[in-house]
Amino acid sequence: MLHDIWFLLIAVLWIGYFVLEGFDFGLGILLPFLGRNDAERRALINAIGPVWDGNEVWVLVAGGATFAAFPNWYATLFSGFYMALFLILVALILRGVAFEYHSKRDSARWRRAWDWAIFIGSAVPALLWGVAFANIVGGVPIDANKEFTGNLFTLLNPYGLLGGLVTVTLFMTHGAAYIALKTEGELRRRANALLVFIGLVAAVAAVVFLGWTQASSVVTDSAVVSVLAAVALVGALAANRLGREGWTFVATAATIALAVTALFMHLYPNVMPSSTNAAFSLTVSNASSTDYTLSIMTVVAVIFTPLVLLYQGWTYWVFRKRVSADRVPDVAATAAPPAAN
Amino acid sequence: MDALELARWQFGITTVYHFLFVPLTISLVFIVAGFQTAWLRTGNDKYLKLTHFYGELFLINFALGVATGIVQEFQFGMNWSDYSRFVGDIFGAPLAIEGLLAFFLESTFLGLWIFGWDKLPKLVHLASIWIVAIGTLLSAFFILAANAWMQQPVGSIVNTAAGRAELKDFGAVLTNPTVLLAFPHVIAGAFMTGGAFVLGVAVWRLLRRAGADVAPFRTAAKVGATALLLGGLFVLVTGDQLGQHITTDQPMKLAAAENLRTTEKSAPFSVFTLWDLSGKEIISIQIPDVLSILATHDPNGQVQGIDNLQAQFQATYGPGDYSPIVPVTFWSFRFMIGAGSLAAFAAIWFLWRMRKGRVPGKREVAIAVVLPLLPLAANSFAWIFTEMGRQPWIVYGQQLTSAGVSPSVSSLEVAITLIGFTVLYGGLAVVEVGLLLKRIRGPLAAEGASADSADQTTPFSY
Ligand code: HDD
Ligand code: HEM
Ligand code: HEM
Repeated sequence: MLHDIWFLLIAVLWIGYFVLEGFDFGLGILLPFLGRNDAERRALINAIGPVWDGNEVWVLVAGGATFAAFPNWYATLFSGFYMALFLILVALILRGVAFEYHSKRDSARWRRAWDWAIFIGSAVPALLWGVAFANIVGGVPIDANKEFTGNLFTLLNPYGLLGGLVTVTLFMTHGAAYIALKTEGELRRRANALLVFIGLVAAVAAVVFLGWTQASSVVTDSAVVSVLAAVALVGALAANRLGREGWTFVATAATIALAVTALFMHLYPNVMPSSTNAAFSLTVSNASSTDYTLSIMTVVAVIFTPLVLLYQGWTYWVFRKRVSADRVPDVAATAAPPAAN
Repeated sequence: MDALELARWQFGITTVYHFLFVPLTISLVFIVAGFQTAWLRTGNDKYLKLTHFYGELFLINFALGVATGIVQEFQFGMNWSDYSRFVGDIFGAPLAIEGLLAFFLESTFLGLWIFGWDKLPKLVHLASIWIVAIGTLLSAFFILAANAWMQQPVGSIVNTAAGRAELKDFGAVLTNPTVLLAFPHVIAGAFMTGGAFVLGVAVWRLLRRAGADVAPFRTAAKVGATALLLGGLFVLVTGDQLGQHITTDQPMKLAAAENLRTTEKSAPFSVFTLWDLSGKEIISIQIPDVLSILATHDPNGQVQGIDNLQAQFQATYGPGDYSPIVPVTFWSFRFMIGAGSLAAFAAIWFLWRMRKGRVPGKREVAIAVVLPLLPLAANSFAWIFTEMGRQPWIVYGQQLTSAGVSPSVSSLEVAITLIGFTVLYGGLAVVEVGLLLKRIRGPLAAEGASADSADQTTPFSY
């Protein structure tokens, strides 16, 4: 019972992560292409400047909560997907440092280098999280001792790679929607135009992927949610056409949330199905902590998750204005703070 | 090297590296918040300038604290999966709570502080940096509670059938005597680190690049010296209590800190010892009774020796070597105390040299440059002592380190990630030190920087 609640809460954390960090990743991937000059690229970075770190914490909490609620899941997953996780971590480190150090020197070469660090640091995790989740859902070789017996290349199967393509394109679409919503002028126009194209690619990839998932084993409620995800994506494209940027963003967010929900519904009650032998699969019951631990964690989560949502939501409200490349101060001035008021 | 050894190196390197940034973050955020508060209360411009100057140094440091923290969160699962299975029921909870309570606060409100200068009412903006400060304390408490449980596994039982430790009393884990002592000790050590940094930078500026900024940097130097000195006093008091505590709780660690082979009353404290390769003492300079005083507050107190403890451990846990690598514990313990004490003396020295408007001599700039490195070194040696002194246990008395390593990860894989992280971290260190130095040399606050308050795009960091 409690472990079912925790399965749900872990799903919520991953949904939060992919919806929020999804547009950060998307923006990072689009950065070198949408931002045609230094001022534009800095405006783009500023559009997520105040929030990206708070968004990233969702994955840290997802990791910590998995450790606490499902130690065996945490242990098998992260020791099993070892090299993939290593690449993700290196990318996240590069990306985080790049955001912070980008404008600390008044040198075009310096900033160009960090622009590319942001691109790589966004593209690699966007791809690999998709690969990882596809493999979690699709099943990987796990032995009787709950140990993963494959390697990095086990994960790079067609289904896994397709999962990666879905996350990359979905995040790019979501990122374009965010840029359209948060910038002005040329940047906004370019984001709107790009969204149509990349959104269509994402739609095709996602439909094939979710269809493949259902084809391997039908889970009715998950299938229904998959269809809703597809509908939301079509809705996003329609809203974009109508110039309703707010709704476009809501719809791309809903697409990601619904797609992740569909995956978790498909997974349940497994947390990591074994492709070696179904009897070796990790499930919500054989991977979980004791009820005592879960009940303490539940109390903490019930009190603090709404609080986090509240103040993170408030942050978005504080920084609700659009950014513009015309108003990015030059680095010489920003290398030191503005003399406040 | 096998996967176990490589994984140990990896944990040691990444964790000590993370902890280079952590103490500076914890203390600098308080000092910066203090400057900003002083500015709002007095309206004196120098405090605003100091807020910006040290605020930026804080941010440069914070970036790497976050970046290296990400690795910490996942490496238990990556390299220590059997450990994770064994402890998850207990250890995972404080880790998850740390994220939910502390990391969200720190990251969200820091974003508000950086970008909110002209977006938020002054008091709300000030509150946001104080919330970040509280976040760092929460974060430190919960992670130390997790670590303390590995040192002293309270509030839990070992369920041999399930092959894991199980939580019985979460309150006991949060009030573990080890964390109640370690938390104030670590925070005090953090304040020494930040104090030494603020002081060192200020003295350097006063001696090398004072210009019009004498008044602000004199203030900064005093604030830094005070933090360093007070931190030093608290570190001493709490460190003394920690010593008493490990005497009863982890007597092997204490014995190894001293290379005390046999149980003794009136045990001496050795200031200096050298070993040959086989582990035999070559020279040792000792002060009588002092170890007994440190360990028990009684010159006649009995202190247990390594050989006696080894025999006891074998009787309880079966054959094996239950002592840590003595030269490492011996020297890391002394370097912790030595480097920390030196730093505290430097604080007294500079306070004295700067009394009533005086200025330190030009040559003292050398002290200012070395000063920030001393508490950093003390912190690193302290963790090396604490963690290596606990070996061969990963969970004291319950799981051996060798039993915690991931069975499914090959030594090649650990070697690749070990090299990868080390190279990446090395590169980042160069970049960060470069940025810190550049900022330290730069203007105290930007002249005439524009603050278009209607605009979102006036952050001071990106
Ligand atoms: C005594 C304090 C202390 C100790 C022992 C540790 N940390 Fe740490 N950690 C902090 C104090 C801290 C901090 C002060 O809260 C940091 C430093 C910079 C920062 O952003 O927050 C931080 C950052 C930080 C982050 C990034 C948070 C973010 O994105 O905002 C993670 C995931 C961790 N840590 C995880 C760990 C783990 C798993 C540790 C144990 C091995 C650990 N830390 C040791
Ligand atoms: C002044 C004399 C000092 C004494 C007597 C002392 C004592 C101790 C002892 C006994 C421990 C081991 C605790 C354990 O294993 O559980 C310890 C750990 C530690 N010390 Fe110190 N210490 C001193 C100075 C310092 C200084 C100057 C710093 C840093 C600036 C520092 C930072 C730490 C840290 C970070 C730890 C590891 C965390 C912990 O377990 O508490 N100590 N200290
Ligand atoms: C909280 C801050 C911590 C610091 C600064 C720290 C520091 C260290 C250091 C210096 C080592 C020595 C490396 C060696 O002996 O090879 C080490 C080892 C280790 N520590 Fe800690 N540690 C911390 C917390 C933790 C926590 C929370 C865990 C929980 C799992 C942990 C588990 C380990 C492990 C698995 C090793 C490697 C095995 C070994 O000791 O060799 N440490 N750590």
